[in-house]
Amino acid sequence: MASLGKLARRGGLYTLLGGFAFFSAFPFYWMVIATFKRDHDLFSPLNNPFLFNEPPTLDHLRLLFTETHFAGYLTNTLVVGLAVVAITLATAVPAAYALARWARGWGETLGIGIFLTYLVPPTILFIPLSRFASYFGLQESLWSLILVYPTFTIPFCTWLLMGFFKTIPKDIEEQAMIDGLSRFEAMTKVVFPLAVSGILTVVVFSFTLSMHEFIYALTFISVSAKKTVSIGVPTELVRGDVFQWGPLMAGALIASIPVAVVYTFFLDRFVAGFTMGAVK
Amino acid sequence: MGCVEIRGVSKAFGNVLAVDHVDLVTNEGEFLVLLGPSGCGKTTLLRMIAGIETPTEGEFVIDGRVVTGLPPRLRNIAMVFQSYALYPHMTVFRNIAFPLRARGVDESTVRKKVEWAAGMFQIGRLLDRKPRELSGGERQRVALARAMVREPSVFLLDEPLSNLDALLRTSAREELRQFQRRVGVTTIYVTHDQVEAMGLGDRIVVMSQGKIRQVGTPLDIYRYPADTFVATFVGSPPMNLLEQEDVLLGFRPETFLPADAVEGSEGMVTWPFEVTYTEYLGAERLVYGNVGEKSKGRHVIARLPGSLTLPLDTGKTYPFAVARRDLRRFDRKSGLAVPGDAA
Amino acid sequence: MTSPAVSPPSPETERAGILDREGTLAKLLIAPAVLYIVAMIGFPFVLAILYSLSSSTTGDPSLKIVGLRNFGAALSDPVFRIALRNTFLFTLLSQAIVIVLSRVLANALMKAFRGKWIVRFLIMLPWTAPISLGTIGWLWMYDSIFSPIDWVLRYLGALGSAAALFGPQTNLYWLGVPGLAIASVIIVNVWRILPLATVIQLGGLSSIPRDLIEAAEVDGATPWRRTLSITIPLTLPIVSIAFLFGIVFTFTDLVVVYVLTRGGPVHMTQVLSTWTFFKGIEGGDLAQGAAISLFMFPVLAVVAALILRMARRTEVV
Repeated sequence: MASLGKLARRGGLYTLLGGFAFFSAFPFYWMVIATFKRDHDLFSPLNNPFLFNEPPTLDHLRLLFTETHFAGYLTNTLVVGLAVVAITLATAVPAAYALARWARGWGETLGIGIFLTYLVPPTILFIPLSRFASYFGLQESLWSLILVYPTFTIPFCTWLLMGFFKTIPKDIEEQAMIDGLSRFEAMTKVVFPLAVSGILTVVVFSFTLSMHEFIYALTFISVSAKKTVSIGVPTELVRGDVFQWGPLMAGALIASIPVAVVYTFFLDRFVAGFTMGAVK
Repeated sequence: MGCVEIRGVSKAFGNVLAVDHVDLVTNEGEFLVLLGPSGCGKTTLLRMIAGIETPTEGEFVIDGRVVTGLPPRLRNIAMVFQSYALYPHMTVFRNIAFPLRARGVDESTVRKKVEWAAGMFQIGRLLDRKPRELSGGERQRVALARAMVREPSVFLLDEPLSNLDALLRTSAREELRQFQRRVGVTTIYVTHDQVEAMGLGDRIVVMSQGKIRQVGTPLDIYRYPADTFVATFVGSPPMNLLEQEDVLLGFRPETFLPADAVEGSEGMVTWPFEVTYTEYLGAERLVYGNVGEKSKGRHVIARLPGSLTLPLDTGKTYPFAVARRDLRRFDRKSGLAVPGDAA
Repeated sequence: MTSPAVSPPSPETERAGILDREGTLAKLLIAPAVLYIVAMIGFPFVLAILYSLSSSTTGDPSLKIVGLRNFGAALSDPVFRIALRNTFLFTLLSQAIVIVLSRVLANALMKAFRGKWIVRFLIMLPWTAPISLGTIGWLWMYDSIFSPIDWVLRYLGALGSAAALFGPQTNLYWLGVPGLAIASVIIVNVWRILPLATVIQLGGLSSIPRDLIEAAEVDGATPWRRTLSITIPLTLPIVSIAFLFGIVFTFTDLVVVYVLTRGGPVHMTQVLSTWTFFKGIEGGDLAQGAAISLFMFPVLAVVAALILRMARRTEVV
């Protein structure tokens, strides 16, 4: 009888997990269906929405790539993402290292201070920043995003990397200095190669955080061709007052899934950064 | 070559004085051991000699050149850390080659020197491996080879044997000593293990709370400790200390024997010794007990060689003695040794 | 024992340089990050305060200080009051639900089972996919004609006939009826934060040393007692951090409301973030917009202080 109880508990576990997985994923499941469903099938309220009542079609995908700016949105997002990654790496990596290693006492405090600026929301900053953008003539330019996105990537990534650098034993750098390198060389030639995994994490997060960003993009960019995928899809795939659901879902799907896959791999590091290293 | 002078060096961390006005000069080619309990300042001192820590006051001079303020790479020293600090992403060859390449030595010389250093420690066959594939003993040798490859004038070692198994430690100790004798580099070695210190050192520097307590050969320190700290830190079991008016009488456990067994031409001091406990350790016997009247009983340990088979029963009292020449006196307030004959 | 001859570089020719000096080098390396943050976060923040005290609009963006007028105007604006109420309501309600659900889910994920990676991937999707795009999915879920949720309810007979549980109409206007619209927004907020909270909790649960649990088992503690005396106290800091971050993200969120309802119907789902946007950016009233957004600041400051306190306490053993 013990095995029956165990079976019941197993069953319960799978049901619970299935339920949660369903709750989380069904809008995306929906996107997959809608991407390939014929309009006629999609817009018949009596048809079962979860199945293909008519054969699937590639029309929506075709429309998405040929008659909308979607491909352009993807390019814009990529450009912004890569530029933000570069800026973040150039500022956060050295800062994190210096704070982790060399600044006894005040380093920890400054690091925390930098992290806390992550909590200043875009909705407080976007009014002044929109004035900056118009002052420098950067409205409707991807540069406005490239220069503003580091406001959330730098604080977060600096903190993340600080925790990461602390796990590299100090011995190794001291040994490198005794063996003949200067402090700076010890950092670049010995520590950074050992920190590849942390640096990769910064790359992934800077890119995904940029890709997710909506508020600044909405504020600074209104020209359709210049939009990123995050605002482009929800705001542009409308004809008149009506959403073009098929292409809309297709766009949402294409832009979501690859990011999600990569992000999932790095999620543990993300959480470690959030919980300030408390979760080992 | 290889002369290190430490002049009036102190190091403060906030309010704590980790190293307190230390003066020390090494002899050329010697194996000098810095010995003391955790927190006594020995490692901090070593790190300051290396240049990875800066003194709050004082100077360091290596081979006649003032090095205080110079970064480690300009001091011509080599150091082996307790963890060995091998570069995990490099092969053994590249680890050993690292100090040479950092100085821009040409490749063919690098190869020759790495092979020479590897040969010295018999790790030639490990050159293509990575550190994680090596055992503790092998890693230690790689660390030593890397340190030697530059032929530094001073060799600094921070407890390099403490990560090894007990068995391996003894043989590693022997090899290290022989190697140092062969090469003749001035070596400064930090440890908290007094057995290790006694076995390895030409001279031992006993430290406590940032200060040097005594500098001397192992035998000097053992036989004529400068204060009660050295007397009880060196030697296991520690020197017995008995209170007598304003003086502490000290004698080593192996000098405390049944009265009949003591040879003392200058005379001896006898006490009634009540046995409380005995440990049979094979080669010797440790007998714990009290000396003096029951109400003022003072705890002492006697160390009898195995050859002395006199039965000693717990609870019974026997006449024990110490030869006068083996007695030491220490001032009760300061702990410092008082020269001269015991009462 | 001789070695191949090599003459070392003469030390006199080399000098310690700037690349050796710890203090200076540290400041140089930290400077870019700090300068950026001061310029792009610190300075704008001060500017936001100044704007809130001024009468600036996009037509006349000069900073003429007029005092606290904007804050007063906000407080007497009924839409602002709705936005203020909603911001707190959405946040507290959704996060309370999230904390409970995430704990349950985290416990479930601690167990070993097949297909863990797929389950994890699916459960994480609301957080790992761009928020605006995930919300678009929900837009269809809540559509007033084509909603699959309504379809299922009709299928189950809970909708569409006189005797139905939810009434005789064929569709619930999820985004059109104020009460339902509010519920819809809260549901999407729960949906989005649940994965993050779960992973944080999971980390907390896994960091409890096994020894403690085993010792408690040996001592005869029941599972309930173990939860009460060991698991809950030890994971409290982590749970608090999850809760506080969830609060920050929901409290300041604009995307969910904007994409789903644009703040409607009739401003019934406005939150401070969206109202700031509509007033300040779309409406061009910079001063008013800034003032509205600053109402968020006190709460955020308190939350930040709490996060710090919790982070200090997370040394488990």
